[in-house]
Amino acid sequence: MKYTEITVRYGELSTKGKNRREFIGRLNGNVTKALAAFPDLHIYPKRDRMHISLNGTDSDAVIAKLSQVFGIQNFSPSIKIEKDIEQMKTTALQMLQEQVPEAKTFKIDTRRSDHDFELDTNQINLLLGDAVYDNIPELTAKMKHPDVTLRVEVRRDAIYLSSRTIKGAGGLPVGTAGKAMLMLSGGIDSPVAGYLAMKRGVEIEMVHFFSPPYTSERALAKAKQLTAKLAPYVGTIKFIEVPFTEIQEEVKRIVPEGYLMTVQRRFMLRLAVKLAEQRKGLAIFNGESVGQVASQTLESMVAINDVTNMPIIRPVATMDKTEIISIAEKIDTFDLSIMPFEDCCTIFAPPRPKTKPNLEKSRFYESMFDGEALMARSLAGVKVTEIHSHDEFLATDQIDIQSVL
Amino acid sequence: MIYFDNSATTKIDPTVLQTYQTVSNDFWGNPSSLHNLGDRALQMLQSARQQVAEIVGCQSDEIYFTSGGTEGDNWVIKGTAIAKREFGRHIIVSSIEHPAVINSARQLEKLGWDVTYLPVTKAGFVTPESVAAAIRPDTVLVSVMAVNNEIGSIQPIEEIAKILEEYPTIHFHVDAVQSVGKSLWSHVLPERVDFATFSAHKFHGPRGVGFIYAKRGRQLETLITGGGQEQNHRSGTENTPAIAAMSKALRLATTDEAQKAAHELALKQKLVDFLSTLPDITIFSPLNANFAPHILCFAIAGVRGETTVHALEAEDIYLSTTSACSSRSGDESSTLKAMQVPEKLATSAVRISLDDANTDAEVDQFIQVFPKVYQRFQHMNRR
Repeated sequence: MKYTEITVRYGELSTKGKNRREFIGRLNGNVTKALAAFPDLHIYPKRDRMHISLNGTDSDAVIAKLSQVFGIQNFSPSIKIEKDIEQMKTTALQMLQEQVPEAKTFKIDTRRSDHDFELDTNQINLLLGDAVYDNIPELTAKMKHPDVTLRVEVRRDAIYLSSRTIKGAGGLPVGTAGKAMLMLSGGIDSPVAGYLAMKRGVEIEMVHFFSPPYTSERALAKAKQLTAKLAPYVGTIKFIEVPFTEIQEEVKRIVPEGYLMTVQRRFMLRLAVKLAEQRKGLAIFNGESVGQVASQTLESMVAINDVTNMPIIRPVATMDKTEIISIAEKIDTFDLSIMPFEDCCTIFAPPRPKTKPNLEKSRFYESMFDGEALMARSLAGVKVTEIHSHDEFLATDQIDIQSVL
Repeated sequence: MIYFDNSATTKIDPTVLQTYQTVSNDFWGNPSSLHNLGDRALQMLQSARQQVAEIVGCQSDEIYFTSGGTEGDNWVIKGTAIAKREFGRHIIVSSIEHPAVINSARQLEKLGWDVTYLPVTKAGFVTPESVAAAIRPDTVLVSVMAVNNEIGSIQPIEEIAKILEEYPTIHFHVDAVQSVGKSLWSHVLPERVDFATFSAHKFHGPRGVGFIYAKRGRQLETLITGGGQEQNHRSGTENTPAIAAMSKALRLATTDEAQKAAHELALKQKLVDFLSTLPDITIFSPLNANFAPHILCFAIAGVRGETTVHALEAEDIYLSTTSACSSRSGDESSTLKAMQVPEKLATSAVRISLDDANTDAEVDQFIQVFPKVYQRFQHMNRR
């Protein structure tokens, strides 16, 4: 079916009172960015829904992109026709014929805002219902829970017909909830946390700690590639790489083994908070899941969280690993995440980390070295890059390779 | 020079050789090395594997690189026997398999396995019925080649696959070495096939490299242990240049595959039409859909195959006694023997094996030269 328009219905934002204008504006911006590859589209954001004119663009490609944008409840590809009864009838029949034999029952649902149209709502329902009854014997009418509903909207300018409603990504438009830092290690959990943050409208920036030569360039590339995987939901994401070698070496030198991990994490969190403050972030997101590893027990969270008052949001805190993995698979980060590179969390991991670290002891060990100076040096070496969804960091030699294969 | 011995080996394609060289120069790291050079080589290896998998129509983790057809056949036969020894020790192979299969089976026989060697019809085909009849409760493997290397008969893989649908635990191996580039993919690799063997130098790739397709979830014991390459199933530092070159050769061989096969068939047709006019000639590779387009096996009554090969060699035309692998041993062809061709006729057989690169003009020249050789032998025979 060659669709001519897509009607986008907003998600929760319809209920958001005064902020409505801002939400719609933001969603409009995000949709525009997500569909930037299609120059012929016209996007009209309206108060209750958004209207996209395809102007000949392939609807499947647009639908694929659109279904990733947060803040959309659902959308319907539709066909715009002239206000002509015969044309309405043939188009309606074509659209329903396409859904046979999967669909067995149907319903016609007409809205008429143009009250000058020669037929009223009931007459249109009857007319089209009769036509379907006569021409498509496989379909029977059913008013409650039909397999397919044909929506007919008679407006001033034209008639719009649609028979499919496609579920959107839900959530809130990214950016409407403000900005936060995501601590991205490269494992399975943190990209999922990032996805969930964006789903609630949070604009995230990735904070990644790297410790050459203890971590490899490949580990850094992997983190960037994961960022690229999350970029389609927003267009681009800022990636902040934080040099962490010196701090890790100092911690290793001074702190007793049982507290290595706790003190390292406290530094990571402090650095993330400082970056958030510099960059006007309001909160920290991470991929911690309660009890999953030594650093993620409630006791550890107390000892680590101690360094800041900034909200730390843990979207996957109460999820089982299997639940996290199923989201990771859905957003296509899983295969990347399980690539085996050392990251900053696994190096210097003591064989017996304290699962119940003591807050006072953690503070005491830290008082033994000049943390502020270390952090200042680390922050001075921070590098920020903007990552697009099409960026490639791991398979960098593909052009060379494809030319010889 | 006219080269009609493409089933023995093919000439490496110049662009494939170029790939070999480029990869040797620019991707020479060990794919297992952690540094950038290793990573670059690893990416090459994975991309080559992906390309092969796409052409074969499987997942990339179902492709294992080997040193060629012989290793592939050995691996699947012996690897299956070892992996499944607790479930049964009976294997079924056709009697016209390549020696890599036959001799692997013989070796297993020495070690206590039972082997059924399936007979073939006079025309050179395994029958699905004989496969069904040979299956026993302890059968663990059926191995039948796709295209016979000596006479070009296309074995009924699809029908055998249908029979084996009812025996889901039996491994089904297809030696597909002679089938690449002949537009026979769906025919030789139906869904039920678990393993297939391929060799690069039969499709203008380099020597010493090949691959097997091994269906996910099928157990195959590792024969070459070591550093754990090829998903820990076939150790040895990966032959990256040869593997990349093979991947390219396979892509080229499968581009316009149907046209290439049609071209070879047209050449074969011309040769068959010509040879059929000569009274002392017996053709074992007739023109029909059950025979591969590139192989033409025939015998001149009373003339040893070896003699014909050398006589044509003097005319700068290269063909071979049935199979190049065994031709030096002087034995009669094992395929023809299995077809119950009389020994005298079987030792007279020679094989023309064509390639897309062969031309009409070459065939014409053969047709022009051949009567001279033929008549000379006729004189000899009369005396």
